[in-house]
Formats: sequence, C-alpha cells, structure tokens
Amino acid sequence: MIKLTFPFTKEKILALKVGDEVLISGVVFTGRDAVHKYLHEGGKLPAGVSLKDGIIYHCGPVMMKQPDGSWKCTAAGPTTSIREEPYQGQIIHDFGVRGVIGKGGMGDRTMEACKENGCVYLHAVGGAAQVLAECVKKVRNVYFAAEFGAPEAIWELEIEDFPAVVTIDAHGNSLHKVILARSTAALEERL
Amino acid sequence: MQESLVELIRRTSAEIPDDVHQAILTSLENEKKGSLAANAIKIIDQNIALAKQKSQPICQDTGSILFYVDVPVGYDEITFAETAREAVKEATKKGFLRQNSVDSLTGRNDGTNVGHGAPAFHFHQHRSPEVSVKLVLKGGGCENVGAQYSLPNEKLHANRDLDGCRRAILDAVLQAQGKGCGPGILGVCIGGDRATGYELSKTQFLRRLEDRNPNAELDALEQDILKTSNELGIGPMGFGGKTTLLGVKICAANRVPASFFVSVSYMCWAYRRQGVALNCESKIQKWLY
Repeated sequence: MIKLTFPFTKEKILALKVGDEVLISGVVFTGRDAVHKYLHEGGKLPAGVSLKDGIIYHCGPVMMKQPDGSWKCTAAGPTTSIREEPYQGQIIHDFGVRGVIGKGGMGDRTMEACKENGCVYLHAVGGAAQVLAECVKKVRNVYFAAEFGAPEAIWELEIEDFPAVVTIDAHGNSLHKVILARSTAALEERL
Repeated sequence: MQESLVELIRRTSAEIPDDVHQAILTSLENEKKGSLAANAIKIIDQNIALAKQKSQPICQDTGSILFYVDVPVGYDEITFAETAREAVKEATKKGFLRQNSVDSLTGRNDGTNVGHGAPAFHFHQHRSPEVSVKLVLKGGGCENVGAQYSLPNEKLHANRDLDGCRRAILDAVLQAQGKGCGPGILGVCIGGDRATGYELSKTQFLRRLEDRNPNAELDALEQDILKTSNELGIGPMGFGGKTTLLGVKICAANRVPASFFVSVSYMCWAYRRQGVALNCESKIQKWLY
C-alpha cells in the first residue's frame, strides 16, 4: 500500500504506476455528471473550490444534515466514470487536476490527458459506500447543491486512508485496456 | 402498512441477502490471495458487514426502486401504491434511500424519490390470500450496462438459436467489463418484445442464486454462461481475476415470428433484493429471502 497525501504534487503522481494500491488522504472534491458538463461548457468553479494539484471524485454521496447545520456523510462510494469521458480530459487540462477517483475505468482521451498533464485515475471499489464513507472524516463544504441537487453537487471532503487502485497512470498505461484486450481474446476462443 | 414497507426498504438497502453474501464469500476463496481481485472482494465483504451494523445503504446509489407485489383478487392496489410512495418518502428522509429521482426534462431532483414512474410497481394477482411484497433496488451503474440484442446479429455471428443467444449474452458480459460493479449477476430474457423482454429479465433477480432452472436447456445455458464468463479474466471491478459473475438467471417468453430479442439485465454485487409476506394487519409476517 502506498500512502498518497495532499498536496498531490506532480512528482508524487508520476511515481505511481498501474496496479499500485494506494491509501489517499487529504482534501478532495466530488463532481459527477452535472459538474462535468457545466465545466466543459465553460462554467466557472465556485469561489473556494480549486482543483489545482487536486483530486476530483466521481461520487454522489448520501449526506444527512445535522442539527448544528453541518453535514454527515453516510454513504460515499464511486459512481461510473465512463460517463465523464467526453469531458474529463479537458477538465484535467484546464483545472490542473492530478487525480480522478471513480470506478469502471475511463477511455483513451482521459488516458492521453493523464499522460500529457501528469494525472492518474484511481479506481475505488464500486458499491463500497460504507467502507468509503468511514474514510470521509469531515464534510467541509458544499457548492451547487441548489442548482444540481445533493448527489450532483460539489462536496468538499476531507478523506483519510481512502483505498483505491491506480488503473490509469501518467505514463500511458491502462489496466482497463489490458483487461479488455485479454478478455476479448479469451471470449473469441470460447465461441 | 407504511411502517412495514419502510422496514422492507431499510433492510433491502442495508442488508445483502444471505445467498448473495455466500456467493461473494465463495468467490473470495477462489481468488488469488493478495491480488487486486481478492482485495476488492475483501473491501466488499467489510462493506456488507458495516452497512448492516450501521443500518445504512450498502451502496450510495440506492437505485431504481422496483416493487413486485403479489396480491389476492380484489386487493386495493391503489391504496397500496399510495402507501408505498409515502414509505419511499419516509425512507428517503431517514437516509435509507439517497435523493435519487430526477425529473428527466428539467433535471430537477425534488429529493422525495417519488415522481412519474418512480417508484415502479409490478402487481400480480394470485389465488392465495397472501400479500407478498418483493423489493429490488437496482443501481444506475449496473443498469447502464444492460443490453438488448435483436437476432440475427451479423457482427456477433449470432443466429436465432441458443448458440446465438449465448453469443449475445457473452457479448454483454464482455462489453460490461468492470463498469457494472462486478462480480455481477445476469438476468436474461430470451424473446418477448423490447419492453416485456427487459421487464422479464429483471424478474429473474427475484430468484435465489443457488436455485436451478427447471428447464434443462436454460439450466445448461445458465451454467455455461457462468463458467465461460468466469474464464474471461475480467474479475471483480474489472481488475482481472476469476470472478466475473456470481450467477446467471435466464427465462424465455414467446415472441412474434418477426422478432427475436435477447434482453440482458446486469445486477451489481450490491444485489439488494428482499421481500416480506404481510399478515391481514399489514404487519411483516415473514421475510422471504
């Protein structure tokens, strides 16, 4: 297990390679379909949100408002990343993103953007909402909650020892490409 | 009634059925110790325990809410549906369900999980006096990798026969890779029309994982698809490994001569399915899974 801690500098990211298991600690921002489309269309990040040397987490958490007005994260697994494929590469480039946490993998354009900009794709275990919510130590803020609804909002989270696997690294490697090629060949033999 | 349904929703969202949990534990034994696949399944197993202990959603995507309700002749389905919609609102307020229902035209999420077509109800009359309510919560990630094939399909060399069905189903597994949160479970319908095919494919998720298909041909196809899929090396989360699927359930329905559909629904490992039999006071009499 490799500890990956904030700030997520280019140097730390370049040291990672496909297949590495990491434990991530620091501040991350959630963003999924609505946020990606919005940023792709030229939308501005709200004041207080910076993705520079940061991590964007494809996640629509369950959040419960507490009596004191704060938020408690009660479920927070990754959502399917491939839906952001049309937008992700540009967002990595434009906002200086160093890591994308999600599940299911991403395509060639994101892989290229990871290579060009020094970014990695970090695959969390899909569906493991409770294990991953335990890693959310604090919900620092929420942005665009009214515009996009709770699951689609940008949530600023402090995470600790959040487990993930590097499945696309900054050197042009993708575990998803390898598995797809291997399984396609294996199926061909069995038809 | 509302109280019983909220409890059904809570338990469905927070507790994986025993048959599914057993299949997940078995898959862990098959994976190589220390592999990405084994480590992913370990996290899945921890998650199952934690969700149950905390009475919180196994997965934050609490999914499409699908009610399958068996009722006696003369039962008031309208009142049932009204009560169930209130139960969904209450379960959402309590955090058993995420605010998960969006107006498709405006993009607005009013936070109730209730709207046109949501939740979905499938009522079936039967001649017994029993009222049984089964509930499936199906996440969007796995729903998105479902696929429907119209045979013949030249690209897949799939003709209108069982081999053609096999080719179509295995293509769906290949295309899904790890995107549907595998290891997954397939529900398949051979035949029907485009709507009934998908609908019947989902009813296969009401079957227990260890059951066997009473139709010998379909049983053989189920076993074959399961074995072949697990030889493809896609593995949990698409990380590679021996467990691509935990189960395959296939049914067949009549079709018109011009159509031959194979409809494949994919269920993620977070296979949330429960059911209750209600007594005459609408209290939970027994759990069905």
